[in-house]
Amino acid sequence: MPVNFVPPATGEYIRVLPEIVLTIGGTILMVAEGLAGERHRRGMAPLALVFLLLAMGGAVLAGMNPGPAFTNLLIVDGYATFFRLLVLVVGVLSVLISASYLTRENADSADYYSLILFSLCGQSLLASANELIMVFIGLEISSIATYVLAGFLRKDKRNNEAAIKYFLLGSFATAFLLYGVGWIYGVTGTTNLQEIHRFLSSPESTYSPLMVGACAAMLFVGFAFKISAAPFQAWAPDVYQGAPAPVSAFMSAAPKAAAFAVFLRVYSVAFSGLTESWQPILWASALATMVIGNFAALRQNNIKRMLAYSSVANAGYVLVAVVAHTETGVAAAMFYLAAYALMNLGAFAIVTHYVNKGERYVGIDDMAGFARKQPFAAALFTWFLLSMIGVPLTGGFFGKFYIFKSAIDSNLIWLTVLGLLNSAVAAYYYLRVIVVMYFHEPGEAALETASIPGGIRLALIGSAIGVFILGVFPSAVLEFANRSAMLVR
Amino acid sequence: MHHLWLIPFFPLAGFLVNGLFGKRLSKGAVGMVAIGSVVLSFLWALKALFGLAPLETAHVERYFTWIQSGSLVIPYELAVDRLTAIMLMVVTGIGSLIHIYATGYMHEEEGFYRFFAYLNLFMFFMLTLVLANNYLLLFVGWEGVGLCSYLLIGFYFLKHSASTAGNKAFIVNRIGDAGYAVAVFLIFLTFGTLDFPKVMEAAKALPVETSAGILTGICLLLLVGATGKSAQVPLYVWLPDAMEGPTPVSALIHAATMVTAGVYMVTRSAALFLHAPIAMETVAWIGLATAVMAATIGITQYDIKKVYAYSTVSQLGYMFLALGVGAFSAGIWHVVTHAFFKALLFLGAGSVIHALHHEQDMRHMGGLRKKIPITFAVLTCAWLAISGVPFTSGWYSKEAILGAVHHHSPLMYWIGVATAAVTAFYVSRSMFMTFWGEYRGHAHPHESPPVMWLPLAALAVLSLAGGALFNVPHILEPMFPQGHGEHDFMLEVIGSSAGLLGIGLAYVMYVANPGLPASIATSLGGVYRLVYNKYYVDEAYDAAVVRPIVNGSRTGLWQFTDVWLIDGMVNGAGSLARWLGGGLRMLQSGNIRAYAAWVVAGAVIFIIAAGAIAGSQGGLR
Repeated sequence: MPVNFVPPATGEYIRVLPEIVLTIGGTILMVAEGLAGERHRRGMAPLALVFLLLAMGGAVLAGMNPGPAFTNLLIVDGYATFFRLLVLVVGVLSVLISASYLTRENADSADYYSLILFSLCGQSLLASANELIMVFIGLEISSIATYVLAGFLRKDKRNNEAAIKYFLLGSFATAFLLYGVGWIYGVTGTTNLQEIHRFLSSPESTYSPLMVGACAAMLFVGFAFKISAAPFQAWAPDVYQGAPAPVSAFMSAAPKAAAFAVFLRVYSVAFSGLTESWQPILWASALATMVIGNFAALRQNNIKRMLAYSSVANAGYVLVAVVAHTETGVAAAMFYLAAYALMNLGAFAIVTHYVNKGERYVGIDDMAGFARKQPFAAALFTWFLLSMIGVPLTGGFFGKFYIFKSAIDSNLIWLTVLGLLNSAVAAYYYLRVIVVMYFHEPGEAALETASIPGGIRLALIGSAIGVFILGVFPSAVLEFANRSAMLVR
Repeated sequence: MHHLWLIPFFPLAGFLVNGLFGKRLSKGAVGMVAIGSVVLSFLWALKALFGLAPLETAHVERYFTWIQSGSLVIPYELAVDRLTAIMLMVVTGIGSLIHIYATGYMHEEEGFYRFFAYLNLFMFFMLTLVLANNYLLLFVGWEGVGLCSYLLIGFYFLKHSASTAGNKAFIVNRIGDAGYAVAVFLIFLTFGTLDFPKVMEAAKALPVETSAGILTGICLLLLVGATGKSAQVPLYVWLPDAMEGPTPVSALIHAATMVTAGVYMVTRSAALFLHAPIAMETVAWIGLATAVMAATIGITQYDIKKVYAYSTVSQLGYMFLALGVGAFSAGIWHVVTHAFFKALLFLGAGSVIHALHHEQDMRHMGGLRKKIPITFAVLTCAWLAISGVPFTSGWYSKEAILGAVHHHSPLMYWIGVATAAVTAFYVSRSMFMTFWGEYRGHAHPHESPPVMWLPLAALAVLSLAGGALFNVPHILEPMFPQGHGEHDFMLEVIGSSAGLLGIGLAYVMYVANPGLPASIATSLGGVYRLVYNKYYVDEAYDAAVVRPIVNGSRTGLWQFTDVWLIDGMVNGAGSLARWLGGGLRMLQSGNIRAYAAWVVAGAVIFIIAAGAIAGSQGGLR
């Protein structure tokens, strides 16, 4: 034990309550199944929900005691609380839509839920990480659980392929990140974000800007992979398509939001002095991400793959807000990620139900006549798709509005124009789904579709209301985001 | 706090209940929810107004910040002043009566619950519109009532003419709304806020614009919005067609409430208009033109609802005339009395149509006086009121308007008086054709049930006594002081005789000498055909606007933009992708090694780029 060791105060434990709850919860779930026996496998989803709600309570409690924890390794501020709650909401929705899916595939298991909890634990750490080693650890905790989830149905070849791809490429990209962390330590002698900033902006320190620029770029490679920004987006369509539908839903929202959270924090705190050196790169990456995501989505016939490309495109929009590099930009990104998480989860919830046993019906054409058989679900799906297009009264509208407004305020006129053109292109592939659902004769898939299970129904209604609230009363969330965005620096 | 939000909330709750569960509820329950929610909102409005009396200044309730973006801060605020109080009473009071009537009228119709869900949603938006304390929230209500109007016009959507009429109303209103939206942008640019009190305060500080300036521009654009919503020249064409909707809808939305939103909005913006005399003059002339044009068309129509539709357009023109000459309170007074008697005319017409099993052509009516006496009695009250027979409600507001117009311009006054005579003439014509003479149809007329005629009786009392009961200019005195209050007895005699002259002329032509109208129509020839065909305005719009757009869409948008440009782009992007082959294909080969190669390539490019940019700032520092 080092000489200057000070035992953590109680307040510091409170600040990591969500992580504590999630870790204990995940462990209990693993053990509980063995103890409770085969018959109680279905009871695991409600148990997981209980832990998630407890963790949300913990996050709120932690948020009421803001401050650093464990010798500044973590920092709990409004920003961290926002993202902790966001990923936990995604977790709740994912558990809700997973239960019936697993039952249908005969794969009920507590492991699934404990993996979700562990993954969320990593993301919760990422949201509050104040130091690059913590960033790496959080990223790995989150990712490893997600790799396993992607291949959860072991007998399904598609699942296996998705898991392997995600694992190999993910580890590869994280290696860049770790290398970047090493270099940063070499240059600045610290891994703490504030201290990096202090070192880089102090007139007394000497360092090579070239090396620091390269470090920032290497960190970017790791983050860009997780948020599926171009040119590191190639894995996303393959993995989202291959993974079980509820896992794709989870992956496209929670790890992405957490990666954005840490990405924004690192660049706003540690590298805020070097804006000129990374802004052109992000500019190019944002544009390429939007273009690749939207134009590739135009030609997809597999609905999961279409949503995967759409998720790539959406990451591009958020990157626009990052490029803006202002507090309103950070707030806009936070707002958009919340809106995106809800609408995307909602859309995937429908897909999860609709693909049917063994994910037989994954074509967009398979949606034919869905509205005639399930008018309620089709209406909600339409609602989520309209939100992705960015139609007013939906959260997606204000999300895009705030992002492009922050870009204009930062004089990013060209990026704004190109981004808006992109979102016009996007309307085409979303509307196509609506047309197929409403104007085509019901096909085999629509005829076979069963009534919607309670869990999915709950998740659908919850996300639909969330999208509506964000679309009609955006200020509540935006004000919170604005206040937290100031604390990032 | 008086919890003003509850006033629009009740109908919203009614909409949600009927919209979500209406299919499973009995018709009785649906009706109870619909009526109950509107009556509750009426009672709550009453309670709030009594609590707030005497309401010399506006009462504002702020709930939360609705939209915040840079300097644009829009709170979610509801406000009541005396103007809003009057509108609240009209909307919820008449709304309640019409909801009650509708449960009887719509009883046999398909989609009973859908109808009441829409109607309640309409009430929600209409109340939001009149309670809003800024231009944007007003716009929410404005668009919402437009949406409900569209849904309800096309309620019988299987009928082609109904869905076409719905589309027409929707499209024409979009033109007006575009004007309104631009006006709102300009208001924000000019004043930096959208709150009514702040904008009006700032406007009062500006000089009166004798030549066209920003205020004139704003007011003219607001007027464009108002001409769409309130069916004024040149955008009035949608309202007559809107009568395809069920009759209670015509009464509530297309006579009593929604179409007066334009009048309300202009009155709300009075401070802006008073500083833009050019815009005021335009308002007056547009109103006058609309009043004359629609009244003359009304003479020649045979569909009983079309007659009243043109009558509504004409009366709305009267209101705009009042606004244009600065008699805001007289205009609002006419909104109130018109709501009484025009709702009654439509509901009475509905009762006639109901009695005759959906017959609307007056040539197949006649002699109904004895067969449906209650309907006849209540319609007579509305008839007297709209004709301006002394001491009925319509007489008060009409005389107030004409008096103010005379003060402004005698020429306009005489045109207005002539229009009043024409108005009395066509309404009398419709009454005589319906209730006098011999029955010319084949149905077996029957009186409507009490649930329908009781609301009619209430409206009949209001039509007769409403003008004396509610002295609107007096109520609005604190907001709109009356400059020229003295009553000119001569003017009132002239105005009253114009109405009586119209009734007498109609009696001569349609009761004493039934052959006369046909011979007059023949002798007038071309003029008659011009008016009978509504001045060919629809045809002109069709040739000048609709067909070019349709053709343009077919050749330009569809064949060029869609087929050639968009499909070409999509296909082109596809072939480009194929042509690039190596590039995009390798990016998505599904091969892990290729993906990893891309990660490396991307990383190398980024590291070099970032290093180069950072390094260009100098070597070591």
